[in-house]
Amino acid sequence: MRSSFVSFTLNGEEKELLIAPGQRLVDVLREQCGAMGTRNGCGQGGCGACTVHVDAVPMLSCLVLAELAEGCDILTIEGAARDRTLHALQEAFVAEAATQCGFCTAGMIMAAKALLDRDPAPQREAVVEALSGNVCRCTGYEPIIAAVLAAAAMLARLPAAAA
Amino acid sequence: MSADITARIREDIFAAERAGVFRAVGRALPRIDARAHVSGSTRYYADRSFPGLLHVVMARSERHHALIGGIDLSAAEAVKGVVRILTHKDVPNNWYTILKLIGMGPDEEPVLAEDRVLYRGEPVAAVLAETADAAREAAGKVRIAYEDLPAVLDIEAAMLTDASAIKPHGSNLFIYDGRDHFHVHCGDTEAAFCEVEHILEHSYQSSPIEHAPVETTGAIAVPEPNGRYSIHSNTQAAFFTLDNAALILGVPFRHLRVIGGTVGGGFGGKVDVIVEPIAVLGAMRTGRPVKYAFSREEEMQVSSPRAAERIRIKDGVMADGRIIARDVRILVDAGAYSRHSPYGTIKAAAHMPGPYTVPNVTINAWCVYTNRTPSSAMRGFGVTIGDFAVEVQMDRIARLLGRDPFELRLQNAYRDGEMKPHRKKVEGAALVEVVQAAAERIGHSLPPEYRAMSSSRKG
Amino acid sequence: MTRLRGRGISAVNYPTGMNLGGDPSQALIHATTTGNFVVTLSSVDLGQGLRTIMTQIAAEVLGVPPESVIIDTADTDTGPHCMGTFASRATHRIGNAIIMAATEARNALLDVAGEELEVAAADLETDGDGRIAVKGVPGKSISVLDAALAAHFKYGRTISGRGIYLKPRSYPDFETGAMDPDSCQAHACTIAEVEVDTETGEVRVLKLTSAYEIGRALNPMMVEQQIVGGSWMGMSHALYETTEPYYPDRAHGPVDFAEYLMPGPADIPQYDAVILERPSASGPFGAKGIGEMTANSPIPAIANAIFDACGVRIDELPITPEKLLRALDAAAVAPRR
Repeated sequence: MRSSFVSFTLNGEEKELLIAPGQRLVDVLREQCGAMGTRNGCGQGGCGACTVHVDAVPMLSCLVLAELAEGCDILTIEGAARDRTLHALQEAFVAEAATQCGFCTAGMIMAAKALLDRDPAPQREAVVEALSGNVCRCTGYEPIIAAVLAAAAMLARLPAAAA
Repeated sequence: MSADITARIREDIFAAERAGVFRAVGRALPRIDARAHVSGSTRYYADRSFPGLLHVVMARSERHHALIGGIDLSAAEAVKGVVRILTHKDVPNNWYTILKLIGMGPDEEPVLAEDRVLYRGEPVAAVLAETADAAREAAGKVRIAYEDLPAVLDIEAAMLTDASAIKPHGSNLFIYDGRDHFHVHCGDTEAAFCEVEHILEHSYQSSPIEHAPVETTGAIAVPEPNGRYSIHSNTQAAFFTLDNAALILGVPFRHLRVIGGTVGGGFGGKVDVIVEPIAVLGAMRTGRPVKYAFSREEEMQVSSPRAAERIRIKDGVMADGRIIARDVRILVDAGAYSRHSPYGTIKAAAHMPGPYTVPNVTINAWCVYTNRTPSSAMRGFGVTIGDFAVEVQMDRIARLLGRDPFELRLQNAYRDGEMKPHRKKVEGAALVEVVQAAAERIGHSLPPEYRAMSSSRKG
Repeated sequence: MTRLRGRGISAVNYPTGMNLGGDPSQALIHATTTGNFVVTLSSVDLGQGLRTIMTQIAAEVLGVPPESVIIDTADTDTGPHCMGTFASRATHRIGNAIIMAATEARNALLDVAGEELEVAAADLETDGDGRIAVKGVPGKSISVLDAALAAHFKYGRTISGRGIYLKPRSYPDFETGAMDPDSCQAHACTIAEVEVDTETGEVRVLKLTSAYEIGRALNPMMVEQQIVGGSWMGMSHALYETTEPYYPDRAHGPVDFAEYLMPGPADIPQYDAVILERPSASGPFGAKGIGEMTANSPIPAIANAIFDACGVRIDELPITPEKLLRALDAAAVAPRR
């Protein structure tokens, strides 16, 4: 098995990287792309801190082989804000005090963003479902759920183009 | 969220004492780190790149209690990518004694096991390799020859005089100033038990609990051009890390620099200094940056948990609800080494009999060694399980007497000027007020005499 | 399927500071030519919000806006000693060290401002918004920035301060147990409402209502964060968590988040709380530590609520469905209501 070149789009930017066989996407994003906002919490698919979007689907990047990202469109927390303007979810996480140590926050926001991208006005149950693979040890979850619902309300008030 | 919370402060209670005009304090200022957290730009210790970084994976004891006959590193050293394997012979001062600088001991925990292991998971040999995968593979190939010894896993069994002692001093009990337990008393508990209407005696038990921060414990040690070593760490206590690493490595304190301050959850699990001395030792021996981070499995099973405790409370209660005698026996499961558990045991004894004034109290607390992962600091340790025991006991007393549980607590609540069993006078008490406020919050009405009570005078 | 509801209460206190004391922390503060103040520490923010609280304390004492305070931590080369972030000590110990350092720095600032305004420093006040004015004469004032510039370039003076807080170590009397273990005590009362499914043994916590007395809520939003997050951890300790499910048996230890059980976002109760303030004589602005204690009172409240619901006492944590079902079977308890 030899290293091979893999091309994908990361937060809208073309990447072509030499990838060793068996390398995990989380490590490639962090070590080769410098996308340190994707956190490595367990390496077992158990905590959700490494959640990124692969072709708009939320995935645990510690369980994705980097070579399988060939041709994919990858979005990490660094790509959630636009033109240095925070996404509504990011604003809501600040306003609702939904972050303490912050280590789970990027994964939470990426999991929540996948939900809002497909269901802009979710019920509480749908938010809970969307976050159920992400562990937070600090907040007790309630502020996070509140932040996602607040972000949905914020987005509903915005013109569609800005969302 | 902030607006409605400020409204929840009960400004009417202790109004005179809390008066004051503030501008910055008391405001629901947004967290100054929140924007960095939500944008992913917060930098934790692991979010820096160091060319040539080596990874540590620890080979660990597979036995609860055993003599080590030998360690065979040949298969591990043959794994491609392995750079160096460290054993106890590489550690200059092979003792980990967290509070050594303020005179607390004894030296009893080796950094890396020498001739014996006292728990499953005890570190034996540290593999340094070019990749984490290679280090993991090699750690699995370290061959340790064991000669099993009897394992002591139950705290009560460990206390028996004929129990096999796992400690060199010949017992399984931590020694406090020549005594095998910590003792507090006031009044005459035995005499008081003869005068009471009811005696209730119950035992409470907890199991070890893990901190489970989303970021596991870890550090990166980096050799600097000036001969020093920088330690990027998620420690909860930067100088504990510096002091202990220097003592273990036998280097002047000035050789080390700890950089941290931003931690992905601690809860007490990152107070002990476990990963940094090995990471620096690896950097010293190889001249390269070295990362040692716990895997999730290590965080769950090898990092120090909240101690299991067994607490027996015997209460003497009068017909009118006054508790006049409380005898508490506390057993704290330290696991194989003491770390912060002797401290936690004194804290547990200092906390009894809970937030109540009981005239006759006896507290005996034992810090007991067993062949399990050493317990240590965790959010509220020494108090959390004691509160469980005391407050379930209070519920039992209320039910026995057919009393309202709020009223029973108010009746026995400690107030200003009263004396704790450890002979410190109570000041700034507010148990009465929180019980009243909580009852009010759920619409539970209290009789006028209970509503009129206050912590600053006997009502 | 039978679901029984119950309510339980608990009342607790919690000590602030390292047990028996002997745990110092320091702070250094200096103004730069920008009129901003750098607070240098070696203290660790675990996520509880230490940087924010220390910013507020420094701003309060200096009399400047929080935006002009910069927290620089934690580097042992530059930061003065701190014992660490544990034992609910950080707000109390480091907060007091900052008050001491900021008082010294403020006095230096007002001395310079007084010379510039040609009045005694004692006659000056800060507005907390970046200006220093003569008391009662709001028109006669100087900005903090101009005072800082004057200190540097005209007078050659530092605007700085040093602070330390130490509760001297108490050595217990091993005969009687006499000792001085803490700096102050915070208080809480929690009411848990639960629903017990007697068929599955599962406990659902419906609501946790608490009253907390914490001396001074230096930042009420962050107090709320501790209460909500701590309530969740207490509930988790009460019903789910352990590394040794069959303690003292060492088998079956969980190794991942699938096996180490904690309540997820679908399992959380309603949280409600009120906050009381009885300022402590020793705390910064009276504050006591709240970081650890919020996980404590929910545990017995939930245990008592379970008994209230189904008449069974489980005195071993965690109160798992397995333990509850076994106890219900053993007691052959008929539902009481």
